[in-house]
Amino acid sequence: MSEAVMADAMVSPAVGGPYVEKAGGPVVDFSYVGIDAILEQMRRKAMKQGFELNIMVVGQSGLGKSTLMNTLFKSKVSRKSVLATGQEKIPKTIEIKSISHDIEEKGVRMKLTVIDTPGFGDQINNENCWQPIMKFINDQYEAYLQEEININRKKRIPDSRVHCCIYFIPPTGHCLRPLDVEFMRRLSKVVNIVPVIAKADTLTLEERDFFKKKIREELRANGIDVYPQKEFDEDAEDRMINEKIREMIPFAVVGSDQEYQVNGRRLLGRKTKWGTIEVENIAHCEFAYLRDLLIRSHMQNIKDITSSIHYEMYRVRRLNENNTVVARANGIPEHHLAAHEM
Amino acid sequence: MIERPETAVPSIAQRNLEGYVGFANLPNQVYRKSVKRGFEFTLMVVGESGLGKSTLINSLFLTDLYSKDYPGPSQRIKKTVQVEQSKVLIKEGGVQLTLTIVDTPGFGDAVDNSNCWQPVINYIDSKCEDFLNAESRVNRRSMPDNRVHCCLYFIAPSGHGLKPLDIEFMKRLHDKVNVIPLIAKADTLTPEECQLFKKQIMKEIQEHKIKIYEFPDTEDDEDNKLIRKIKEKMPLAVVGSNVVIEVNGKKVRGRQYPWGVAEVENGEHCDFTVLRNMLIRTHMQDLKDVTNNVHYENYRSKKLAAVTCNGVDTSKSKGQLTKSPLAQMEEERREHVMKMKKMEAEMEQVFEMKVKEKKQKLKDSEAELERRHEQMKRNLEAQYKELEEKRRVFEDERANWEAQQRILEQQKLDASKTMEKNKKKGKIF
Repeated sequence: MSEAVMADAMVSPAVGGPYVEKAGGPVVDFSYVGIDAILEQMRRKAMKQGFELNIMVVGQSGLGKSTLMNTLFKSKVSRKSVLATGQEKIPKTIEIKSISHDIEEKGVRMKLTVIDTPGFGDQINNENCWQPIMKFINDQYEAYLQEEININRKKRIPDSRVHCCIYFIPPTGHCLRPLDVEFMRRLSKVVNIVPVIAKADTLTLEERDFFKKKIREELRANGIDVYPQKEFDEDAEDRMINEKIREMIPFAVVGSDQEYQVNGRRLLGRKTKWGTIEVENIAHCEFAYLRDLLIRSHMQNIKDITSSIHYEMYRVRRLNENNTVVARANGIPEHHLAAHEM
Repeated sequence: MIERPETAVPSIAQRNLEGYVGFANLPNQVYRKSVKRGFEFTLMVVGESGLGKSTLINSLFLTDLYSKDYPGPSQRIKKTVQVEQSKVLIKEGGVQLTLTIVDTPGFGDAVDNSNCWQPVINYIDSKCEDFLNAESRVNRRSMPDNRVHCCLYFIAPSGHGLKPLDIEFMKRLHDKVNVIPLIAKADTLTPEECQLFKKQIMKEIQEHKIKIYEFPDTEDDEDNKLIRKIKEKMPLAVVGSNVVIEVNGKKVRGRQYPWGVAEVENGEHCDFTVLRNMLIRTHMQDLKDVTNNVHYENYRSKKLAAVTCNGVDTSKSKGQLTKSPLAQMEEERREHVMKMKKMEAEMEQVFEMKVKEKKQKLKDSEAELERRHEQMKRNLEAQYKELEEKRRVFEDERANWEAQQRILEQQKLDASKTMEKNKKKGKIF
């Protein structure tokens, strides 16, 4: 092999290819084994398999949930775009509607499922409006569990578990409402919650900072652990990155699927009489941070936490109920088991 | 002179004056008197917390009714719906206005909001009742008008339509007070979204037959045009702010965003100026008139009809009895007396019954006691007999024993006698 390389080098020394650095020095690297080539293999396999992501959006009607989903994935993935109902009527009870799409980017395929919850928090009496949602999430875990404990199980179990729940907080500017606190308290134990401040173009920068501080205080006071959770930080590097994110939560987002011309560029935004709000401009709103968190940097982490922590907790509880032998009783902290409620 | 044709209906003939009489000065007299008296206006603001109610009030009246020292209800979290009123006296150009702002913190904030409108309805009714009582008094010199003249209802800018809570509230209050719906925080919506939203809201209001405050048509064509323009803009989309910002060298009140400044008083940005003009500059008196002539009259007739209907006034929950005409009072008194008599009879009955019961109980216990007494006596007798028996036996024994003793003694005596005899007889050998 080395002679061939040397011949190449002598024939075309000016070739600016990948072997140019080996032209002058030792050609064979005896210490190179090739373990790092596994990354390439994994990449190829993942690209072939494709990814699955299930996002649930929860919030009162009119907070821009569907618009935000469209903006996040830069295509019409929300329930409204697909079902195209004329006028939106607030449903009398909470419904759970999930729409799946296959999207592709640079050869990477993703099966994206957006789960919408119309009717949440819209009634006059909103007692127990979180129950249908918790039931849905637990049903998904149940389905996965049933597949897992099957004797002849599939090679790849279809993952319909909810990986991430985006909770929309209305931009009152004062504090969290009792409904918000109740919901997040119960659901932060079964799913990763990412709270966002909806329609953030209502708030000036000072109001936004004040509101965020109030929300963080209330979350801490009520013991609500939102994503990224402090206890699941694996090492110092993770902790540093996550601390920065935790200081910015909840993200103040503005969604839009319409393009406008600003300074010669076409940008997504909202045009009002006093200015145009650019969705991807960090000085205007924090949509870019949310997108980076959900898609570009922490998507795999979200899925891992769902499958290794939330799902495992569910599994332990279920299998204990059935009085069967628990395969992994160790490694799961006690307080997690005690703090659950159905 | 043209002969005026005689019409069947007697009409007031119009005559032209030949000189200056002076009653053109009447409006000035009214004006001066009203200015001296001062005006009163009560404004109620209802809406979920965080919709900018306090800010809007401050902007409307250009004062800080809610300031840092006295934070408004928005800064305090409420568990139940409260109704708070704050009175302010403001002066402008020699005219005094006693402004009462009624705020409803906690409205629509809880998880379960059924009947959150009840405290509001109770407040409005109580103010009407106060006025009714003041009107029916003998001495009517001072009649403070605390009735709610206008209720601004804040709708959250969702962009879709009315929420079930909005519809319920407006349906219940539209015949008690003038309801003016407003779209709060209108800088959330782009102009197109705003239009759609307004249309949707008006459609829903008509669907549910909610009667919001209607601007009256005047005779002046010019004014009518303005009024029609205002009607098209209903419900008004408002933005509130008391912060002064400099824009292009001009000082305006507005909200500073990174992408621009939303001006409060700019007609293209929001409908705040329309609201202010309508509420204060042109229609304040009309609001008060409608409250007095329509809503208050409704309340009054309902209340008095309920009283005359069956003598039992279910709405008379407050302590004060309304003064009704004398016949009414007589009837009421008779009713009352009858009631008292009935109650007395009932009480007597109850008393009798109780007495009987007690007697019965006593008798029973007496019988019981008797029985026990008997039993005890018998026991005693039995014991007595036993004892007697024992005694007899004892006596017998004693007699026997005594007899025995006597015999023994006798024997002893005999023995001693014989020994004596023997002693005497035969000298011992």
